[in-house]
Amino acid sequence: MNGQIVRLTYVALALVAALVVMTTYWQTWASAGLAARQDNAIRRVHEFSIDRGLIFSFEPRKRLARNREREVGGKTLYFRRYPYGPLAAHVVGYSTVGRSRTGLERSLNDYLTASNQNLSTLVDRALDELHGRAVRGNNVVTTLDLDAQAVANEQLGRNCGAVVALDPRNGKVLAMASSPGFDPNDVENHYGRIAGITANCTPAAPLLNRATGGLFIPGSTFKVITASAALESRKFGPGSHFYDPGYCTVYGKKVYNFGAESGGPEVFGSVDLTQGLIHSINSVFCNIGLKLGAKAILDTAKRFGFYERPPLETPAEERQPSGLYRNGRLYYPKVDSNVDSGRLAFGQERMLVTPLQMAMVAGAIGFGGRLMEPQVVDKIVAPGGRVVEDPQPTLIRQAVSKRTAHEVAAMMRLVVREGTGTAAQIPGYTVGGKTGTAETGIVGSNTTWFIAFAGKDETSPPEIAVAVVLQNQSGVGGTTAAPIARAVMQAILQRTENP
Amino acid sequence: MSARSRELAGLIVAALLAGIALASVTIARDAEVSTSAVTWGALFLALYLAAHVVVRKTVPYADGALLPLTAVLTAFGLATIYRLDAQDGGRQAVWVAIGVAVLCGTLIALRHDYRVLESYRYLFGVAAVALLLLPSVPGVGERVNGVKLWVSVGPLQFQPGEVAKICLILFLAGYLREKREVIAQGRLKDFGPLVAIWGAAMLVIVQTNDLGSALLNFGIFLAMLYAATARALFVAVGLGLFAAGATVLYNSIAHVQDRVTIWLHPWTDERVYCALNGKLEYRQDCASYQLVKSLYSIANGGFGGTGIGEGTFTSVDGTQLIPYLRTDFIYSAIAQELGLVGAAALLLVFMVFVVRGMRVALQAQDGFSKLLAAGLTFGFALQTFIIVGGVLRVVPLTGITLPFVSYGGTSIVANFVLLALLLLVSDRANRPG
Repeated sequence: MNGQIVRLTYVALALVAALVVMTTYWQTWASAGLAARQDNAIRRVHEFSIDRGLIFSFEPRKRLARNREREVGGKTLYFRRYPYGPLAAHVVGYSTVGRSRTGLERSLNDYLTASNQNLSTLVDRALDELHGRAVRGNNVVTTLDLDAQAVANEQLGRNCGAVVALDPRNGKVLAMASSPGFDPNDVENHYGRIAGITANCTPAAPLLNRATGGLFIPGSTFKVITASAALESRKFGPGSHFYDPGYCTVYGKKVYNFGAESGGPEVFGSVDLTQGLIHSINSVFCNIGLKLGAKAILDTAKRFGFYERPPLETPAEERQPSGLYRNGRLYYPKVDSNVDSGRLAFGQERMLVTPLQMAMVAGAIGFGGRLMEPQVVDKIVAPGGRVVEDPQPTLIRQAVSKRTAHEVAAMMRLVVREGTGTAAQIPGYTVGGKTGTAETGIVGSNTTWFIAFAGKDETSPPEIAVAVVLQNQSGVGGTTAAPIARAVMQAILQRTENP
Repeated sequence: MSARSRELAGLIVAALLAGIALASVTIARDAEVSTSAVTWGALFLALYLAAHVVVRKTVPYADGALLPLTAVLTAFGLATIYRLDAQDGGRQAVWVAIGVAVLCGTLIALRHDYRVLESYRYLFGVAAVALLLLPSVPGVGERVNGVKLWVSVGPLQFQPGEVAKICLILFLAGYLREKREVIAQGRLKDFGPLVAIWGAAMLVIVQTNDLGSALLNFGIFLAMLYAATARALFVAVGLGLFAAGATVLYNSIAHVQDRVTIWLHPWTDERVYCALNGKLEYRQDCASYQLVKSLYSIANGGFGGTGIGEGTFTSVDGTQLIPYLRTDFIYSAIAQELGLVGAAALLLVFMVFVVRGMRVALQAQDGFSKLLAAGLTFGFALQTFIIVGGVLRVVPLTGITLPFVSYGGTSIVANFVLLALLLLVSDRANRPG
């Protein structure tokens, strides 16, 4: 019987050994993945014993997130306070016991809790632990300009919408606002206040960062991309001639210019491409679209970053890729005939974009076609002052040729000088922009846009690019969104004027 | 060094460990060193020294490692339970004391020849089945978490499954010793008992929904059947039957299905129907929250653990984050505070216990003793595997206890009986002359 007993011993030992293996798996291999899970209350509560890193605005450095110590059950815990309340709530996010985390509080959690794997942080953390001190997290300095942020929030008011302002030369996000906003200090204990927020849209969704996670119909702002595609194809130039009868014929049906419902469409007659953009004539772009085909336009859009999540330090879940959507999913046609390229060319046909993406488009056009990676983190600094991460400006790609960019930029400047975007003029600066008024199918409920770039003069690279979107508007982009864009750009340009 | 001297030395080491662990808990909790840990450590040592004296008198030739290993396991359990809840720690200490008393009582009662138990084999067999079905008897059985594990008589509660396991092993050791040659021939009619026990195991699942206990008892049965007959085919047939039965039950009993679903897919990306509140929830927030929270606890420990007293088991406002922490999930608590190092050390103690137990089976002279020791030891290992494996998502999670570590009187006492039987077999096997 001993042979069998020996074999049973092996089986019994193998069973227990399997437990050692699995414990190792969960505690080493799987540990980081589990720690990152949103529903991991244990890790979350555990991390409240860490003196969490602070989050700062750019110059002047103000604390957007700080800690408040509290003794709970003999332990010192660090709870978050947000001194500026709703000001940058969507970017900074919140860190709570009960409702998890969002924004940079979520995506940079490893840095803020000193769990990142940089050698110096590991050493600091080990020393803190050995001394029995609270572990101190790394501080995050954002690129946000609080003045511009305040102007953006104020301008959005009770509207639903978003503003993104960035420096096209290096991709730094200067302002990112989403409306309606919320006070992150309410999330833990006064969530009812947030749930009760109402605005000019339903659902109000105050927690949604519309700047990166909201998808909107681009309307005529998309004509910037169509124009770029037209020039890149070399089939059209800024002076290419068109005849506008007030409509364009797609599949034998007439697609009218803007204003078809209110007093009949405008008819421009004989125009060139530049005039087409200045006056935002749908039929001009419709005909370009029919000539180029949907895929050529979409491929240019891809060069600007469509069909991928725009890079940013915020959580990927809070950023959406722009592009054609079908049944709630991103969709790229197999052949041109799958998509109505005429309507696509002026920004309808289920094209959905985020404000961040459109700010990137405006920035790249202004900056000679160079698409820079947007970034909202200036640097990450250890408690002692040593720089842990110092992200450098990164070129994503040359989206369009320099020549195309210059030609489109010139057209966009004319839009502001004499076209639909005159409300965005800033004395002493040169502004290029494009309006958008997307019809959602409900009269008086347009999505209005303004995208723009602004700089000292036409030859130097612009200092700012901006995208503004508003939901449920009865007016058009030139009268609703353009003034907001101007106000935000002014706030930033004035800062750079007198530092 | 004789076995008894080694035992004594081992017990002193175990008592030191217990004292240090308790001291760490009090330091972490009250931020001061108190003499209470020394007192408790001394009491712990005194308790096991009493056991040592009885062992010396009754089973002087028994294995010298089993008692110290048990002491270490109970020390792990006591320190962890005391850390989680001082009152429960005190209760567990009383249960360990009662367990040691039962150990001594069993040793004294059976010191001349434990093999008298063999003649009561059928009584044990009937008792095992009766005990297993007891929780499903209306009026005495109690349903916890959809599983009937408990029996209450007046103010007293106990888990009959723990006792049933030992009765079953005693029955099988006696029965298989008697019938092993006949069964080994493999005639169809001799499979009667096998089929009967398979049926009983299935009946237990149907009646009590207790997957863990069914798996444990059936596993013990197959192991002992193999030890007695050396026919791997029987094991294969048995496993096949169990799998077939489990499949049928899986398709007909919702509770079994839930357990398997939780095991395979503890996390969902979409909200699914939650039976607990009737709403749509992520499964990690509903049906599988116990398992998921336990995994988070283990993962939070990492390599070195958070340190005793530094683990996170409650939220900021004091609400429990992990349910059944002192019983089913005690391993999750240990793994968080002591980390991989501590958890592996605990499992290593279990492994050494298994090796020593099987050594007793190898040394034993007669078939009954061999089968008894092998069955008890294998059951001990399998029970550890089922509960810790459940917590680690190796097998579906079921509510059974971690021997000598989990909080709970029945479990502690039953396992001390198991230890007594192993010591008795060992003593007889090593007796000179």
